[in-house]
Amino acid sequence: MEILVLLKQTFDTEAKVTVKDGRVVDDDVTLVINPYDEYAVEEALKIREAHGGTVTVISVGGDRVDEALRRALAMGADEAVAITPPENADEFVVANLLAAWAKGKSFDLLLAGNVSVDTGAGQTALRVAELLGMPHVAAALKLEVAGGTATVHRDAEGDTEVVTVSLPALITAQQGLNEPRYPSVPGIMKAKRKQIARLTAADLGVDVAPKTAITSVYQATQNRRNRMLGG
Amino acid sequence: MARNILVVAEVRNGQLRPVSFECIAAGRAIAEGGSVTAVLLSQADVDGSELIARGADRVVLVKGEHLKEYTPDGWLSALQQVYLAEKADVVLMGHTGIGRDLLPRFAMRNAAGMISDAIAVKLEGGQVVFTRPIYAGKAYVTQIVTEGLIVATIRPNNVAALEADAGRSGDVVQSEAAPVDLRTVVKEVVRQAATGVDLTAAKIVVAGGRGVKSAEGFKPLYELAEVLGAAVGASRAAADAGFCDYALQIGQTGKTVTPDLYIACGISGAIQHLAGMSASKVIVAINKDPEAPIFKVADYGIVGDLFEVVPLLTREFKALLG
Ligand SMILES: Cc1cc2nc3c(=O)[nH]c(=O)nc-3n(C[C@H](O)[C@H](O)[C@H](O)COP(=O)(O)OP(=O)(O)OC[C@H]3O[C@@H](n4cnc5c(N)ncnc54)[C@H](O)[C@@H]3O)c2cc1C
Ligand SMILES: Cc1cc2nc3c(=O)[nH]c(=O)nc-3n(C[C@H](O)[C@H](O)[C@H](O)COP(=O)(O)OP(=O)(O)OC[C@H]3O[C@@H](n4cnc5c(N)ncnc54)[C@H](O)[C@@H]3O)c2cc1C
Repeated sequence: MEILVLLKQTFDTEAKVTVKDGRVVDDDVTLVINPYDEYAVEEALKIREAHGGTVTVISVGGDRVDEALRRALAMGADEAVAITPPENADEFVVANLLAAWAKGKSFDLLLAGNVSVDTGAGQTALRVAELLGMPHVAAALKLEVAGGTATVHRDAEGDTEVVTVSLPALITAQQGLNEPRYPSVPGIMKAKRKQIARLTAADLGVDVAPKTAITSVYQATQNRRNRMLGG
Repeated sequence: MARNILVVAEVRNGQLRPVSFECIAAGRAIAEGGSVTAVLLSQADVDGSELIARGADRVVLVKGEHLKEYTPDGWLSALQQVYLAEKADVVLMGHTGIGRDLLPRFAMRNAAGMISDAIAVKLEGGQVVFTRPIYAGKAYVTQIVTEGLIVATIRPNNVAALEADAGRSGDVVQSEAAPVDLRTVVKEVVRQAATGVDLTAAKIVVAGGRGVKSAEGFKPLYELAEVLGAAVGASRAAADAGFCDYALQIGQTGKTVTPDLYIACGISGAIQHLAGMSASKVIVAINKDPEAPIFKVADYGIVGDLFEVVPLLTREFKALLG
């Protein structure tokens, strides 16, 4: 099983979100692997343990994504790839970068998160599947692969659908899929020695302009009555 | 600029979903003289007149044996067929289980920009501007599609639907979807024994946390939900502890809900939980700890034991609602 995991680095869910000069400030924020993508990494490792093969993790982002990729390597991934995004890369651009790298590399399975917990469009992974001409199953709660087919229990608005899909396919992880492992000390040591390949859009021959633009960013305001009633 | 709008309408449990009417209203607001067409993929028993009454100019009913159950391949191919025939400038759908699964691929198939989970849509200087939450509602962005086809999903309960007007008229046409190879096959659907009210679109949500203590402890919450016509939700701690299914989890790594009324029972109000419900219109919190952070975001707080307060509320509402 050759498995590729699409991994996004996101704000820690505890992080305070501050908007300054029309941007979300990220300087002092702790960044983590998007929690859903951590499930995807864990699932990839479990499948490799059962069926053999390799796990590659890929992320589009600046220098700081190396931390997230290194954590995935410490969990046990074999290889990591970082792609530097061009300015104002929206989901359309990010998906094009990811698909350009994956194209022709004959992965059996692509795993991704259901949604990112920060910008949360939930488009990127499904766009990649479309670009690669692959079927997809989103929001997996349980995944089994055998003989070129995956059987997925997926969350469909609270109901559980049992779906089969022929591989290669892209599957996104929903919470409940598994319990991600912590990196072991030997895993962390091993990960330190691994190279993270870094590529640019030009390296991949991708030259696409974003299709969307953000025109303003503002902070949420709260206006609650805060009235206590007799218990 | 006149825009032709295509709204992908949805049926759940034999009923058109309110978010489909909300999408029609959103479409009307940005059509600038263009038409609003609603498309229904293989919903044999719906005649489409309700979509006209809610503001659509036309309805396309697409039939096909392979459309009965949602599959990405089947529905995408059928939607693409209608989109090309209707020459739409904008495609809208609810940010529902199907909407979020279908539209990203549809957008990519047409090399289009897409705005996910919009909570507002308006015209500004002739441009279609969407508002969407980021960081699970801690901040918001306004966003536009800069060129070509505009694709968007609209979050349920945020855009007001138009009042039904039985006097409106419009064409309802049928079309046949071309067959297509389905690479995913739905083997089985296990329905959850919930109240039957869809959590993300519910007008009222009764949510339980670790304070509910057990699966059995959710029973009074279901009873209250039943009386109110509400959906039942949960905190992650409740789902982690196995009191309920993860499908009920609300928060940053769960569902986002924006009901008119959110009743939090035995939930402390962790930041990740607030991320999924803090945009609710009215928040009521029941917690035995007066210092619980949930009270800071609540409109009405009740300090007390949920096992006393919730059944009391159920009785009161039952009496009130008759
Ligand atoms: C107009 C606009 C301008 C932007 N400008 C920039 C910019 O200049 N720089 C910048 O860094 N970001 C920018 N972004 C954000 C960036 O486009 C998104 O973070 C990215 O497209 C992923 O979308 P999402 O966060 O909504 O992830 P989702 O679509 O919700 O993620 C779903 C899944 O897709 C996969 N995935 C998502 N993103 C990545 C990724 N980056 N690498 C690998 N896998 C991924 C993961 O598996 C993830 O769980 C911009 C966004 C917009 C809309
Ligand atoms: C990456 C990450 C993602 C997360 N995502 C989510 C998410 O999506 N959603 C989510 O909810 N959490 C999420 N969490 C977990 C979150 O941090 C909290 O742990 C969780 O929300 C706590 O749930 P709770 O309020 O039910 O439990 P607790 O914090 O244990 O609170 C229980 C409350 O019940 C009250 N109580 C006890 N008994 C009674 C009684 N008889 N009557 C009345 N009140 C009573 C107590 O006073 C207490 O306030 C996430 C955490 C992380 C790290």
